[in-house]
Amino acid sequence: MSTALRRWVLAIGAAGLGALLVGAFAALPDFGTGAHPYGDRATSESLARHTANVVSAVNFDQRAFDTLGEESILFAAVLGTVVLLRQTRDEDRVPPGSARVDPWVRRYALALLPVALVTGLYVVAHGQLSPGGGFQGGVIAATAVHLLYIGADYRALERIRPMGLYEVGDAIGEAGYLLVGVVGLLAGASFLANTLPHGTFNTLASGGTVPLLNAAVGIEVACAVVVLVSRFLDQAVEITDDAKSGKDGAR
Amino acid sequence: MNGDDLLIAVCLTLVAVSATAAVAVREPARQALVLAVLGLTLAALFTVLQAPDVALSQLAVGSVLTPLLILLSVRKVRRRGRVDDKEAGR
Amino acid sequence: MMHVLPYLVAGWIFLVGCYGLATSRHLVHAVGCLSVCQAATYVLLLAVGYRTGGTAPVNSDMAPRSRPLVDPVVQALALTDVVVGATVTALLLALVIQVAKRHGTADPDELSELRG
Repeated sequence: MSTALRRWVLAIGAAGLGALLVGAFAALPDFGTGAHPYGDRATSESLARHTANVVSAVNFDQRAFDTLGEESILFAAVLGTVVLLRQTRDEDRVPPGSARVDPWVRRYALALLPVALVTGLYVVAHGQLSPGGGFQGGVIAATAVHLLYIGADYRALERIRPMGLYEVGDAIGEAGYLLVGVVGLLAGASFLANTLPHGTFNTLASGGTVPLLNAAVGIEVACAVVVLVSRFLDQAVEITDDAKSGKDGAR
Repeated sequence: MNGDDLLIAVCLTLVAVSATAAVAVREPARQALVLAVLGLTLAALFTVLQAPDVALSQLAVGSVLTPLLILLSVRKVRRRGRVDDKEAGR
Repeated sequence: MMHVLPYLVAGWIFLVGCYGLATSRHLVHAVGCLSVCQAATYVLLLAVGYRTGGTAPVNSDMAPRSRPLVDPVVQALALTDVVVGATVTALLLALVIQVAKRHGTADPDELSELRG
C-alpha cells in the first residue's frame, strides 16, 4: 500500500471513529454527575471488611480473582521479555568498564537510595490504609535499586543484584498470591475469599487478606521490574554482536 | 466554573498538549522525555480527579519506567550496525 | 463545555496515538505511541468515575460516610492497568530489539520491503 493511500484510509477511519466517539460522549452522563451504584456498594463493602482504602479493597478483596489475572499477565509479559532478550550464540558479552561520576551526583543518588527504598516498602505496607499498594510500591522499590547505577556504576549494581534471586522472587510473589487464595478454600469458603479476621479499622493489621495479597503483589512487581530493567540494561550495555559473524549469522 | 473544574480543565489541556507532542516528536530518544512529561501531567490530572492510587502508579511507571526502557531500547537498536562501537562504558 | 471536555480529551489522546502508530517511522516510536493510546483509557475511566465535590475513596483520615466519594471501581481498573501496561510495553520493546537484531532496521516500511 502506498503512503498516500495509507494516509487516506487512516484519515477516513479516524474521522469515523472520532464521530462515533463524540456521539457516544454526548450521550454519557455529564462529567461529575451520574449515579455510581457499584462505587457506593464497593465503599460500604470495604467499610464492612475494615479496609480504609476502598481501591485496595476492590482490587484485593472484591475483585481479587481479576487481580490474579492481571498479575498473571504481568508474570507472562516478564517471562516473554526474559526469553526474548537472552544472550544468543552469535553475541558477545563485553563487561563495561567503570565510568567517572560527578561526586555530587554520586552523593545525591546514594543518599536518596535508602529513602526511596523505604518509601517503596512503606507504600506496599500501607496499601490497605492510604493510597498505594503492591503495584505502586513495588515499582518504587525496584526503581530505587537502580539509583546505584546512577550513583556508582554498572558493576556495583550487578553485585547487589543476583538475577536468579529476583527471578525466584517474581515466582514467589505469584505463588504467594495463589496460596493466600487457597486459605479461603481451606476455611470452607471460595477461592480468594477474605476469610481472615478483619482486624481494627484503620490499623496496619486490618483488612484480612488484603495486606497479604498486597505484599505478594509488591514482591512480584518489584522483582519483575528489576528483572525487566536488568535485561534491557544487559542488552544496551553489555551484549554486543560478534564482530565477525554478527551481520550474516543472524539470517 | 468553580475552582475544582478550572484545575481539572487546566490539567486536561496539559495532558492533551503533551500527548500530541509525544506523538509529534519523531525521534524515539526525545519522545521518551516527552513521554515522561506526559506521565507527570497525567499524574497531576489523576490527583485532581481524586484518584491518588492511580496517580502514584502513573508517577512511578509513566515518568520513570517506560521512558527508561525506551531509552535503553533506542540505545540497543542504534548500536546495531555500528559494530566498531567499543566504548561501552555506561 | 466542562460537562464533556474530559471525555473529548480522552478521545483526542486515543486518536492522536493511533495517528502516531500508523505513521511511525521507527518501531520504538510506535511503542511509545501505543502507550499514549493506553493513557486515553485511564483518562476516560477516571472521568466517568468522577463526582463533583467528591473526595478520594480513602477513609483513613476522615469519618467514613461523612463526604461523597468518587467511584473506586474505575480507579481499581485503571490502577492495575497502569503497571501491567508497562510490562506489556517492555515485552513489545523486547520484540522490537529482536526485530532490529534480525533485520538490521527498526523502520516498519523497510521491514515490509524485506518481506517481499
